[in-house]
Amino acid sequence: MRVLTYAQAIREGFAQLLASDSRVFVIGQGVWSPWYAGTSLRDLEKEFGRERIIDSPVSENATTGAAIGAALAGMRPIVFHPRMDFMLLAVDPIVNQAANWSYIFAGQVKVPVVVRATINRGGEQGAQHSQALQAMFAHVPGLKVVMPATASDAKGLLITAVNDGNPVMYIDDRWLYEEHGAVPEQIYEVPIGTAAVRREGTDVSILAISYMASQAIQAAEILEKRGIDAEVIDLRSLKPWDQECVLNSVRKTGCLVVADAAWNTCGMAAEVAATVAGQGFEFLRAPIIRICLPDSPAPTSAPLEKAYFIGADNIVSGVERVLMHKEESWRTKSRSSIRRRITAD
Amino acid sequence: MKLAENATPPTGASVDKGILHSLYQTMLRIRVAEESIAELLERNEIRCPTHLYTGQEAIAAGVCAALTKEDYIFGGHRSHGHYLAKGGDLRALMAELYGKATGCARGRGGSMHLVAPEVGLLGTVPLVAATIPIAVGAALASKLRGERRVSVSFFGDGATEEGHFHESLNLAAVYQLPVIFVCENNLYSSHMHISERRAQDNIYKSGEAHGIPGIRLDGNDVIAVYTAASEAVDRARKGLGPTLLECRTYRWRGHVGPALDMDVGVKRKDEMKDWLPKDPLARSKSRWAEMGMQLSDLDQMEERVHKEVEEAILFARESPYPEKSELVDHVFASSKGA
Repeated sequence: MRVLTYAQAIREGFAQLLASDSRVFVIGQGVWSPWYAGTSLRDLEKEFGRERIIDSPVSENATTGAAIGAALAGMRPIVFHPRMDFMLLAVDPIVNQAANWSYIFAGQVKVPVVVRATINRGGEQGAQHSQALQAMFAHVPGLKVVMPATASDAKGLLITAVNDGNPVMYIDDRWLYEEHGAVPEQIYEVPIGTAAVRREGTDVSILAISYMASQAIQAAEILEKRGIDAEVIDLRSLKPWDQECVLNSVRKTGCLVVADAAWNTCGMAAEVAATVAGQGFEFLRAPIIRICLPDSPAPTSAPLEKAYFIGADNIVSGVERVLMHKEESWRTKSRSSIRRRITAD
Repeated sequence: MKLAENATPPTGASVDKGILHSLYQTMLRIRVAEESIAELLERNEIRCPTHLYTGQEAIAAGVCAALTKEDYIFGGHRSHGHYLAKGGDLRALMAELYGKATGCARGRGGSMHLVAPEVGLLGTVPLVAATIPIAVGAALASKLRGERRVSVSFFGDGATEEGHFHESLNLAAVYQLPVIFVCENNLYSSHMHISERRAQDNIYKSGEAHGIPGIRLDGNDVIAVYTAASEAVDRARKGLGPTLLECRTYRWRGHVGPALDMDVGVKRKDEMKDWLPKDPLARSKSRWAEMGMQLSDLDQMEERVHKEVEEAILFARESPYPEKSELVDHVFASSKGA
């Protein structure tokens, strides 16, 4: 199959939606600019006109509110926030309005709006050019939240989000823009609420979100060399999320590491851990470990930044900690297959 | 801050008999409904937070008379008047206040969340200024589709202190959208007088920097409101962009609840005596007489409206509550549960 980058796949999703559905339009800051959107929106305004591809004034609140109003009036807007940090100026329209209206009006109106928020961090950008705030939005009833980690999902989830008929937060990550992957040429959907098992394994489950899903694959390769067979699940959709897929994996492996490059406290990893502890208690042979960012704003200085952000190495050490517990649990139960394999390493 | 002198209606404002009759009827329905709701609130029969519109009826009536059913309107926490003026069902309004399954929001909204999509009211919500950008977006939809439909945002003077308002004015101006910003300046935001919240008494000038025409008018003169709104609608339909109307008015009852001339436990300035003689209904009645029409026609109307409101209250009382099994329905459109 044809290979595209993550950013190209997003761009193709936009183009196919715009070409096939006259209700779709785009509004937000920087949509005409590769500086803000990378190649993910390149030249859309040339193809579809500046009336439908609206590079807006610096008004996060009003543009998001306007997208919601247009959605209520039957359009399918995609509002673009090139930095999630700046989107906080639009929290009232997203949380109080888009998320509420279907419920408070008993389904008589609906808000088919997609809010695309980009996580853009690293490079010494610091606290207000770095935040990954998915948990805040996943907390709110009435919002769906998706975070594609592959090129194919970047396109498919965008299309599903627009077709869903509800407010969907589509959160992409600039660190993934150059990742390559096979992407079907036609218009297609990836169902919201389904996770993807990226690598099957039997020793430990690694559930990862967005950028951390690609890091988890690398972690699994490192672990394989040490004789540890990790299962990697890419969550893809944070709300609703695929509890069945995760529980099935934990049933098999008996332990779980959750990796989310966002803050630890009250984060999505905590939500997953609580659910698995509650519903999969009898499967667990070890405590669930979260691999998240420290509870601090992002620094700028390079050594501090390196210490702050997380990747495959952090996942590997998380897995090692979990497996030590698991081995202990096995020993007390006189079941030693895992122990033997770890000892042999 | 020195308050501006009384605004004057646009020159030459006059209407034909049929329109005045209809404007009066709309105002009367709102007045009778609101004053009946005040009694029900006093008796604790209606318990949701309720912000009454008594005294401001001319604005909803005048603006909505200039619209068609297809035009969109959006409101805020004090929107019974907008709902009724646009043609929302009176019985469904009453039932909503009682939290009944037959309410316009099926018992999920109460007084502050009203909806009547069948007549173009896409929603009212109490977050101050929240529906201003939403109305701009509905107007953007009209423009993108090449429709003649206009959008109206009703909001109070307090909403003009929110950032939403200023962002929205610019957005509407830069894209020349068919939206009308209707500020109902009743001089109070909750218990705070406008002179304590603004350095200048000039809300109507808020659009000036964006090239949006702003008109200050007597919001208790229904003909003035209707005339100004008709001109704004005409401009919007012709693609000439947004208009800001600042309608000066006064609410008779408190910010929330039935108390007369008292806000959230704070006594207002001694203004009520100046505003009672400006009662928009009494003024329309005088106008009716000046035009040589029989006041007895209006008396008959009054009888009918009282009966209609009583029936709506009865309907609300007798309606069932929503089922507990519906609790998480409609969190998402076309799906059950979360």
